[in-house]
Amino acid sequence: MGSRASTLLREEEIEEIKKETGFSHSQITRLYSRFTSLDKGENGTLSREDFQRIPELAINPLGDRIINAFFPEGEDQVNFRGFMRTLAHFRPIEDNEKNKDPSGTEPLNSRNNKLLFAFRLYDLDRDDKISRDELLQVLRMMVGVNISDEQLGSIADRTIQEADQNGDNSISFSEFIKVLEKVDVEQKMSIRFLH
Amino acid sequence: MGWFLLPFDNLLCMLLGISFTVWFTLLLVFIIVPAIFGVSFGIRRLYMKTLLKVFEWATLRIERGAKEKNHLIYKPYSNGIIAKEPTSLEEEIKEIRRSGSSRDLGATSQEFEMSDIFYFCRRGVESIMDDEVTKRFSAEELESWNLLTRSNYNFQHISLRLTVLWGLGVLVRYGFLLPLRVTLAFTGVSLLVILASIVGLLPNGRMKNFLSEKVHLMCYRICVRALTAIITYHDSENKPKNGGICVGQIHGGLMGVIQRAMVKACPHIWFERSEVKDRHLVAKRLSDHVEDKTKLPILIFPEGTCINNTSVMMFKKGSFEIGATVYPVAIKYDPRFADAFWNSSKFGMVNYLLRMMSSWAVVCSVWYLPPMSREEGEDAVHFANRVKAAIARQGGLVDLLWDGGLKRAKVKDTFKEEQQKLYSKMLVGTQEDRSRS
Repeated sequence: MGSRASTLLREEEIEEIKKETGFSHSQITRLYSRFTSLDKGENGTLSREDFQRIPELAINPLGDRIINAFFPEGEDQVNFRGFMRTLAHFRPIEDNEKNKDPSGTEPLNSRNNKLLFAFRLYDLDRDDKISRDELLQVLRMMVGVNISDEQLGSIADRTIQEADQNGDNSISFSEFIKVLEKVDVEQKMSIRFLH
Repeated sequence: MGWFLLPFDNLLCMLLGISFTVWFTLLLVFIIVPAIFGVSFGIRRLYMKTLLKVFEWATLRIERGAKEKNHLIYKPYSNGIIAKEPTSLEEEIKEIRRSGSSRDLGATSQEFEMSDIFYFCRRGVESIMDDEVTKRFSAEELESWNLLTRSNYNFQHISLRLTVLWGLGVLVRYGFLLPLRVTLAFTGVSLLVILASIVGLLPNGRMKNFLSEKVHLMCYRICVRALTAIITYHDSENKPKNGGICVGQIHGGLMGVIQRAMVKACPHIWFERSEVKDRHLVAKRLSDHVEDKTKLPILIFPEGTCINNTSVMMFKKGSFEIGATVYPVAIKYDPRFADAFWNSSKFGMVNYLLRMMSSWAVVCSVWYLPPMSREEGEDAVHFANRVKAAIARQGGLVDLLWDGGLKRAKVKDTFKEEQQKLYSKMLVGTQEDRSRS
């Protein structure tokens, strides 16, 4: 008898995910419940169609890019560990973590990793640079058909001009960090749990 | 060896015969006869109270078991698991830009900032963690276990005593309740078909209407007992006169036989699926019926599909366009006794009926709300939303704007385009802003 969900998620696994992502025990079980409810095929993994079935995500202009972030290079299925690892980027930064000594591995929800997540939404080919084309693509996704190509082009040029420091006409990750150094990333890229 | 079995055989036959007779007599006395006369012994309410006490005990045992092992108990939260701020697209992007920029923005600066994607990013991941729509199409999660395996998704720490209780429950449900209900349902349905056909043979007139009403009520009461449905009515003074009739789709098979019999006794409105697509035809039929004062009121379910009873989704505006008076009815099921949600993509009708009959009971509350009609200058959509809000408030359900058709269909692109338009306005402003600056 037992319960359907917890027979597939053992205590050891919960502990491992806790260590890796920093989520609490109840948050992990709740997100596992969410994972299984999205998994219509009931095979323990999510495909892109499973994500696209969420209406609020389907109407998000950057929906496809966000879904992409869950799938590692060239793969079509994501398991629960991968799901949690990506969601961990949005865990709020707690005070006791801010002063942790830097000798350990960086937690997934650090400011740097949050910025890296956003950077990867722009940088589709993962070459660690946001080219003019990649920037245009994202802009086009966000504005739809409401702005002409020329206007969008000039917006993209202006943005690269402001951010680019080494003159290679593209934005690297360090240039990206510099541009956003004053933005309250910790708050804007964090999702708070109610319990 | 044969001679040994013979008397045993006779004994078995006798026992079976006796038990069958006793069984049927009890059935007749306690259920069918009261159903004919509309009398209730209160057995079902007593049953409900007993069950509730058992569930409470089961919850306590689970909690105690969890404390002993020092584990946390899983508690489903229907209000969502994450905090969502109700800020709009504009407000949030302005906030992000303000925090990232040292210069004073004012109204003139409307340029793109790389931090703008944070808003879409966060909203997207929020909807992955918890969204308002997809959870409406699966069974409502219970706060505590109700001893049914089908509603057990995350309840651990089930001790030996609880397992024994569960086993007893299975015995009672499948060994006693299920055969009882199936017999009742069979009796009720066959009585309905036979009697309705007989009444249909009578000439049209007051006698026919009177008898047909009695026949329908009796058979429905039997069927209600077949499901062990315990229905609590509130505010019956708001009920429209003469009960109601159904608006539905013509079925084949078993349902078809029942439908045809019902039609003979009393006027119902049936549509072919192909006719439903012709909205004008449907609207005309409905308005004709409504205008005829001698005809009975119509019962309509405007969501268009089955939802899990935690929310009210978009009402289709068709039935609100006719201009008739609407008597809203709010129905809320108690999920502890049975999961009444029919997930039609998961199982068919027979499977669903079997699940219903092997649950504890079907307990629901029905509220009749005061009548509402379309106001001057109000369009059908607005009226539909007003009725929806009243029903949601009374039943304690979440009022959603999303379409129930999202259960099967994809969401329309127009919503995405709206967001894109909003964002583009932030980037370049509207025509007037540009000409001004």
